[in-house]
Amino acid sequence: MTELATSPAAADEAPAVEETRGLWVDGWADLRRRPRFWIAAALILVLLLMALAPSLFTSVDPAVGELSRSRQPPGDGAIFGYDLQGRDVYARTIYGAAPSLAVGFLATLGTMVIGSLAGLLAGYSQGWADSLLSRIGEVFAGLPFVLGGIVILTSLNEPGEIVGAQELVFQVVLTIVVLTWPVAMRIMRAAAIETAQQDYVKAARALGAGPFRIVLRHILPNTLAPVLVYGAIQFGVFIGAEATLSFLGIGLRDPVVSWGVMIAEAKDRVQDIPWALFFPAGFLVVTVLAFVMMGDAVRDALDPRGR
Amino acid sequence: MAPLLEVEDLRVEFGRGPETASVLNGVSYHVDEGETLAVLGESGSGKSVTAQTVMGILDLPPGRITGGAVRFRGEELLGADPERRRLLRGESMAMIFQDALSALNPVYTVGFQIAEQFRFRRGLSRRDATARAVEMLDQVRIPNAKQRVKEYPHQFSGGMRQRAMIAMSLALDPELLIADEPTTALDVTVQAQIMDLLDELRRERGMGLVLITHDLGVVAEVADRIAVMYAGRVVEHADAATLYARPGHPYTRGLMDSVPRVDDVAGAPLRPIPGLPPSLAAIPDGCPFHPRCAHAVDRCVTEVPALRELGGDHQAACHFAERFVAEGTDRPTTHEVVSG
Repeated sequence: MTELATSPAAADEAPAVEETRGLWVDGWADLRRRPRFWIAAALILVLLLMALAPSLFTSVDPAVGELSRSRQPPGDGAIFGYDLQGRDVYARTIYGAAPSLAVGFLATLGTMVIGSLAGLLAGYSQGWADSLLSRIGEVFAGLPFVLGGIVILTSLNEPGEIVGAQELVFQVVLTIVVLTWPVAMRIMRAAAIETAQQDYVKAARALGAGPFRIVLRHILPNTLAPVLVYGAIQFGVFIGAEATLSFLGIGLRDPVVSWGVMIAEAKDRVQDIPWALFFPAGFLVVTVLAFVMMGDAVRDALDPRGR
Repeated sequence: MAPLLEVEDLRVEFGRGPETASVLNGVSYHVDEGETLAVLGESGSGKSVTAQTVMGILDLPPGRITGGAVRFRGEELLGADPERRRLLRGESMAMIFQDALSALNPVYTVGFQIAEQFRFRRGLSRRDATARAVEMLDQVRIPNAKQRVKEYPHQFSGGMRQRAMIAMSLALDPELLIADEPTTALDVTVQAQIMDLLDELRRERGMGLVLITHDLGVVAEVADRIAVMYAGRVVEHADAATLYARPGHPYTRGLMDSVPRVDDVAGAPLRPIPGLPPSLAAIPDGCPFHPRCAHAVDRCVTEVPALRELGGDHQAACHFAERFVAEGTDRPTTHEVVSG
């Protein structure tokens, strides 16, 4: 009631009408006020810097191993210690950031974009497009990850073939996306089906909105939350998946170093040289945490009910 | 001249085989410019399905239009080009829903959603469209519209949301507004305000209003004519005064008797219509209302009653409509019904 009483005065003071801001502008304004966003952004920035310019952080060559230094614990000269081959764990962790982040980021992006588009199409259209996409998705989702990875990567490369680092990263990303997009599709499809039944979608149709506007403006923003959360969590899972493929000798391999490769190498000797496992795993955990926090912050910022 | 909206013998089914539910079994009504037609009936009588078919937003499938016609200013809409129908929506005909909270998109400000109409349909800039959105909120009497355009639906009260929904629907000046139970989700005082607003807007704009409701009190005050629906048919149609004074169908009479009145003795039992509306997958033979009708005779079980003309644009689908009309009711005028 107070609002009613004060409304005339407030209306007088109000500036000339501004334009209403859209979802993303409002979302950004909200995001800037969240400390969680800034912490996550700072962490991601440092990680990106590590990936783009590893020489800023270390001058040691990560590939050079001196067996005399094998298994030396953290201490003078090497703050993270040396691994079995006598390589500097710190340098390897720094240099491992780029392939790890590339795999994690590109695989997440690919899975989410392809899965979301397929899910939106399936969930909104229902009918035959839904059946077709769902069945195709089931075929891919039905392949066990390791088996599917072996099939895809061995058919891309002849055994023993030497593949460049970039191409290998691309192949690993492709493998992960091909095998996991159906999960993102299912999440998006379920959310889209639920949203498509909401009255505001019916109301938008009753006001003459076409299918594109309905999907992009009304359904997509209301279905982003679960996919964002899934994507943020999958980021770490994908870096781990890359390690699985490396372990099988079909993923990234020497001289390319990634956290996944390091973890895979170190896990057999965890009692012996725990630091070789601990540091790359720690970086992986912090990276996943940063992206989960970022995903959470973005999701909350896009939901006006939480403001 | 052709009426603004004409629905003729509209038939809609859901499902297939023995499960088929005949949701609409030949609905006919019409609305003229500037007039209010109330469509009255219990849940499941087909009021909303008719409205959604008219708007072209019924989900097909599962729904199936099996016959009939919907004409807007004489133009046949069923089977018309979908793009043509999409253009008519919002521009010529619009619809508001029962629950305005779920009918407004939660992630956009109210102003953004109203402005969207102007931006996409009229090509206005964001700034101009927002200015028009403020005007629209003013028109539906939302105080402090300049501030409230920037707020989200969840920050609005129930009545304000319904006003915002009305503003959104009327943005492009439609000639026909279908209001599907616009006040059902609101409390009584707000209900009256929204009805008054709709009535005023209809008069100002000379638009036709189809008011779907199950609330007799709401109807009495604003409706010019009333169509009573039962089991997917219009079973009675008349102007409001006639319908209240001399209902020709026992179902209409039952509806009116079931409303408690102020002059009822305290503690007197309510007078509901016995039984339930029929399952639409198994509508009884003969008159669909006969299992619940106190006056049913053998003929009602076997013969489907046609709409009988009762004089003065009053029709009822009952074999004995003339008798009931002649009896009349002990009802006072519509006005007193409302205040009761």
